[in-house]
Amino acid sequence: MTVEKIRGGNENSDNFPVGLRVLAVDDDPICLKLLETLLRKCQYHVTTTSQARMALKMIRENKDRFDLVISDVHMPDMDGFKLLELVGLEMDLPVIMLSANSDPKLVMKGVTHGACDYLVKPVRIEELRNIWQHVIRRKKFDSRNQNRSAEQAKSYQASGEGHGSATTGNADQNGKFNRKRKDEEDESEDNGNESEDPATQKKPRVVWSIELHRKFVAAVNQLGIEKAVPKRILDLMNVEGLTRENKYRLYLKRISSVATQQANMVAALGVKDSPFMHIAPFEGLGDFRTLAGPGRLANAGLSPYATGGMLGRLNTPANVNLRNLTPSALLQPTHAQNITALGEMHPVLPPTNQNPSLFQGMPSSLELDQLQQNKCATGIVNFNAIDDSRMYTASNAFTDTGAAIGSSTSTVNGIPGNPLMLHENSQQTLSGGGGFGSHSSHNMTSFSLESLTAGVYGSSNLLDPGSAESCKMQPNAVLSTDPFHGQLPLNGVRENNFSNGSYLHNNPVDISSTTMALPFEDSREMQCQENSYIPANGTVSPLSRSLDQDSEIFNQKTGMFINSRVTGGASNLMQKNENEKLATESRARSSDNFLLEQPKSRGGFIPRNYDSLDAMMNAMIKREQDETIPNCDFGLDDYSFGAAM
Amino acid sequence: MQRQLANMKQSLFDQGYLDEQFIQLEELQDDANPNFVEEVVTLYYRDSARLIQNLEQALEKNPLDFGKLDSYMHQFKGSSSSIGAKRVKIECTQFREYCRTGNAEGCKKTFQQLKKEYATLKKKLEVYFQVARQAGPVEKACRPK
Repeated sequence: MTVEKIRGGNENSDNFPVGLRVLAVDDDPICLKLLETLLRKCQYHVTTTSQARMALKMIRENKDRFDLVISDVHMPDMDGFKLLELVGLEMDLPVIMLSANSDPKLVMKGVTHGACDYLVKPVRIEELRNIWQHVIRRKKFDSRNQNRSAEQAKSYQASGEGHGSATTGNADQNGKFNRKRKDEEDESEDNGNESEDPATQKKPRVVWSIELHRKFVAAVNQLGIEKAVPKRILDLMNVEGLTRENKYRLYLKRISSVATQQANMVAALGVKDSPFMHIAPFEGLGDFRTLAGPGRLANAGLSPYATGGMLGRLNTPANVNLRNLTPSALLQPTHAQNITALGEMHPVLPPTNQNPSLFQGMPSSLELDQLQQNKCATGIVNFNAIDDSRMYTASNAFTDTGAAIGSSTSTVNGIPGNPLMLHENSQQTLSGGGGFGSHSSHNMTSFSLESLTAGVYGSSNLLDPGSAESCKMQPNAVLSTDPFHGQLPLNGVRENNFSNGSYLHNNPVDISSTTMALPFEDSREMQCQENSYIPANGTVSPLSRSLDQDSEIFNQKTGMFINSRVTGGASNLMQKNENEKLATESRARSSDNFLLEQPKSRGGFIPRNYDSLDAMMNAMIKREQDETIPNCDFGLDDYSFGAAM
Repeated sequence: MQRQLANMKQSLFDQGYLDEQFIQLEELQDDANPNFVEEVVTLYYRDSARLIQNLEQALEKNPLDFGKLDSYMHQFKGSSSSIGAKRVKIECTQFREYCRTGNAEGCKKTFQQLKKEYATLKKKLEVYFQVARQAGPVEKACRPK
């Protein structure tokens, strides 16, 4: 949108901001009248209403009717923040909050809900003279985002092959578009895009993407991937709370039955996750997502998840990812737990942590089903404490759960030396889920160390925890069965490595059997942003990835890994489709990269955030020991994990 | 007349009945809105009468619902500050503080105080506007020192 648009393309083209079309909402008639007069004095076109519902109706009737909305916080028929959210989500209009209360908490709330500005009553005309800047700024961002997203999408596509379709829509704004288009994939990509440029667009986008994403995911989930129509999605989004629960369950259901739908699941998961994630108010779920995201931020490199501060975004992706993993695999029952676990994480983790949350959630999910539940939660919690930026903690959490299962768990936690863990993991994986768990946890820590790979593995191990036991290496067998676990067994070894994603991976049952490769991509996309997660079919992958990514992200260094891993992972994933072996190979490579340094981005997939992928890859590579390539992919596949499911 | 008006206004400011916001209102008054200030003030008194009544009723309940009281008062404060009713606003803040600490006595006492200020201001402004109408178009008031 350009400036001209603002003017509505009529008079005032040369006289901006004259003629700015403002909608003022305030239940206090005095304030409203005052506001109206002040705005008229600034030569804006003013429309007033004292009812929030009426305001919404007016805006919805004609999206292009207003340039800006000013709304009071305290209103009888609808909370000002709710109106803010709705307007922001649906219409992408800048909204300014107004209140007699200047409490910083409220101001903060305004910011988190996406307000462009917050004015305190009584309002002075000088303050109103400048509000047009918000309109221009948003328009600029939008176009820039869109351009950027498009480009990014392209690059993504090139690298990630299938990621998700060009998310072109800049994460935030475009996200909306993309979403409509692609739902899941777009989101992932968008997120990815956003992550690339979080710095610039962080602020506006974050809010947007998170919410949008959340809602979007939720909506999509509700509608079912196939039927996700933007409109419906929007509608659904409005009913977020409702959908959440539903989604979750649906999600879980989906996951379990996924076998064939893995791919879908992944997609859905990604999407769903977001919703799920979202559901949990930003904090809970969002955290997850954000975890993915925030962790990234810290890492900067990692970004797939967090990419840039897009915490919000990450959250979604992360969340989504997590969800995927967890739900698919075991999560069903645990899922709830995971979420809680995740939720726990959140509080602990600040934005950076957010990623961990993801992991936590993930592990939780994975574990939950089996064993992990307890572990995961705890593991996750640990994570939180540990990292701000460490997603790893999250992963650790996972690993913990896994640990419970396997013996390695101990290793996991301490994993700084993840690489070692990985090895262990491999063993562990064999040992069954437990091993995984441990590894996973290790992975987590390792991530921080950079050994993400190790952690990754560990995580992968964890993932399996449930499955690990069964699988030990039964990657295939497991994979299919336990979305999570399935993966582990095979990948168990490998998966653990991913620990981040591993948890996620677990589900992905590795991809080997499942379309891991696919999921991976999906997961990637889902992961959004960074996670090159490759929308694992099983969705697990994505989760894993997210985890990985997250963990990776934390470590900046690891981020590198992740990147490389991711790429590796990504590549793996990709390969996965074909053969898991390939995946493993790539993984091995990725792991190498991963572990060692950083992300070389092997696959070049996801250069950005693949980190998680890398981690996964690394894990996978490590896992290679198991050779169940599927597992390896697992890491990557985590994404695909969903598919595996 | 004009001078009388100016003096009146000055004294209102000096006594703390009105603040800067009132000046803002006056500045908004122009040919397009010749009686803007008076309109707003009238609107204020009409709307706030409703709030006052709500507050009265709420204060008679036992035990007091501080949340609701605070909510009403928040609104009342918003309106009052919009027209620049300084003293009234101060009482509002005090009232809310008592609500926050759950001080029922404090609330009731402050409320009485608030009503007094409110009534006083109302009367003064009525006179002010009367004079203003007689004095002709309201000149942009020079800011009180």
